[in-house]
Amino acid sequence: MSVLVNKNSKIIVQGFTGKEGSFHAGQMIEYGTPIVGGVTPGKGGMEHLGKPVLNTVAEAVQKLGADTSIIFVPPKFAGDAIMEAAEAGIKVIICITEGIPVQDMVKVKAYLNNKDCRLIGPNCPGIITPGEAKVGIMPGFIHNPGRIGIISRSGTLTYEAVDQVTKAGLGQSTCIGIGGDPIVGTTTKEAVQLLMADPDTDGIVMIGEIGGSMEADAAYWIKENATKPVVGFIAGQTAPKGRTMGHAGAIIGGKDDTAEAKMKIMESCGIHVVKSPAHIGATMLEALKKQTVY
Amino acid sequence: MNLHEYQGKELLKSYGVAIQNGIVAETVEQAVEAFKTLQEETGTKFGVVKAQIHAGGRGKGGGVKLAKNMDELKEHAGNILGMMLKTPQTPGGLDGPGKLVRKVLIGEDVYAPDFDACKEFYISVLMDRERKQNVIVYSTEGGMDIEEVAEKTPHLVKKEYIDPMLGMQPFQMRKIAFNLGLSGKAFKEMAKFIASLYKAFVGADASMFEINPALRTGDDRIVAVDCKVSLDDNALFRHPDLAAQRDTDEEDPTEVEAKSYGLNFVNLDGNVGCMVNGAGLAMATMDIIKLSGGEPANFLDVGGTADAARVEQAFRIILRDPNVKAILINIFGGIVRCDRVAQGVVDAYKNMGNINVPIIVRLQGTNADIAKKIIDESGLEVRSAILLQEAADLVKKVVAN
Repeated sequence: MSVLVNKNSKIIVQGFTGKEGSFHAGQMIEYGTPIVGGVTPGKGGMEHLGKPVLNTVAEAVQKLGADTSIIFVPPKFAGDAIMEAAEAGIKVIICITEGIPVQDMVKVKAYLNNKDCRLIGPNCPGIITPGEAKVGIMPGFIHNPGRIGIISRSGTLTYEAVDQVTKAGLGQSTCIGIGGDPIVGTTTKEAVQLLMADPDTDGIVMIGEIGGSMEADAAYWIKENATKPVVGFIAGQTAPKGRTMGHAGAIIGGKDDTAEAKMKIMESCGIHVVKSPAHIGATMLEALKKQTVY
Repeated sequence: MNLHEYQGKELLKSYGVAIQNGIVAETVEQAVEAFKTLQEETGTKFGVVKAQIHAGGRGKGGGVKLAKNMDELKEHAGNILGMMLKTPQTPGGLDGPGKLVRKVLIGEDVYAPDFDACKEFYISVLMDRERKQNVIVYSTEGGMDIEEVAEKTPHLVKKEYIDPMLGMQPFQMRKIAFNLGLSGKAFKEMAKFIASLYKAFVGADASMFEINPALRTGDDRIVAVDCKVSLDDNALFRHPDLAAQRDTDEEDPTEVEAKSYGLNFVNLDGNVGCMVNGAGLAMATMDIIKLSGGEPANFLDVGGTADAARVEQAFRIILRDPNVKAILINIFGGIVRCDRVAQGVVDAYKNMGNINVPIIVRLQGTNADIAKKIIDESGLEVRSAILLQEAADLVKKVVAN
């Protein structure tokens, strides 16, 4: 088992026929991901990469039974694409798009409050359940089916963690890239809750960065509810205050969103915090051996 | 992207927010003309000369002066224009080099005729990440450092959250005006001020408005005396008029240049440069440098397409900093193939000829082995690594020398 996506998911690609959408849809299909079709308004009726193209998400739900969508729509239209998916009844919406205006996301987030769905991202690498479904832009080959869940706000740093976990002889249950924007659909805490409840996940790697309070919120929840070891890292220990470090959400505003403050809270909540990002895999292996019971 | 005070005020005015009137000037002559015009149009007796730089605390550094007549105005404008203004927020703080003042705003005296009858407030609008809603933060303690007010007297800083679907409601405007202790005409004016301010915030896709102070004048008007405006870079496509107001003079020239190449670069004070794909991994790489005994000289995300041309531009930018004693390149190849990046590094190195700082290249992911071979067989002074820990060890060795 796993969380969010697996071999039985019925996945569509929004922005299917665009450059990004086509390239990554091709990679996903090659990985064996159950892609059932795609949506590009105005191109309904076509076939693309051997899959049907539909005009609306609602049609994709009706005709293809789609329950999961991955979005490659440009930032200008991405907020609208998320709402379309939610309205159509898609249960897991994964938005890869980087650069969506914050005020668009404020509205989208409020719109989703009354909908029965989960948004992952935006500005994220996606989700992968190794060996079953790659719903994102991550390189599939570094992953290995296994029992470690990984949560991260970044792309390549997630791959780094995955690679270390794989090299430590472990594998991944599901890796969730929650995204680097100030407003994301699923928070660190919510992603931790999903993996904590997953019977096929034995340990969790939680990678955060400067800005916001998501890691602290997750840590406090972990302190009270953890049943599995959690290894944590916060990127940006050397980042200056008030500067955006690449990700729109990676900015130190006050004293609570520095890496130091977050790591301190995480440590006090029983998380195995690593100061060096090179020690993620080895620390997870150690933690599992000790089988820390909270 | 940040706006200057004079640009921010124009923006606010266009949404009906009452502002302290003013005219921007780049020379003393223009300042004199501006003061004359302002006196005719507003009837103001005194004028305020305000340095226009992207930093707060300008008054503390001598960048804001009251002129009681034309002679004083000339003197202040002459002193402030061209000065290196140091404030707690300019690079290096009050001990740093300061920022060159290229423009001044000549403003009317809104405190006249009775300074003591005026009252200063603090009002800001921003997006609250935890609540995922816009919020208006306000206080009766205007004209002061709000972080200090919040620390010492948290009960004096109040927040009003705005429903994303419904927008600001009239009862919320009334609540804010009442909580600021206003009544009568000033109360109504404040409610109007708040409504227009919020409209401007959403309309311009701002990420922060800070009005400090907002003034209740002697005749019960509410006026924005100062304003800090930050806009959401991701929304500038909707606001070409605002995007055109970007003042690159206020930004680090190297960062501006890097941006034109599609590189995301932030200049720092350290001695080890770095070049990384992805923002999270870039921050983590800076952390590795620090843990290995160095200090990061920069943040640099080369993005998804790290080809030879881009690697070379990144090299040139990093090497421009004379403090750089070593460079760590850390690429996790996913879609990007490591062998291509490696070839890019080798080509750039050869093209540039005279690189005389040690370079450590760590390539991991797609075709990492081929990449290592390309680096190792290039005959260049480049050390290669595959594991992050190996790269960290190499940095440690280089920094120790």
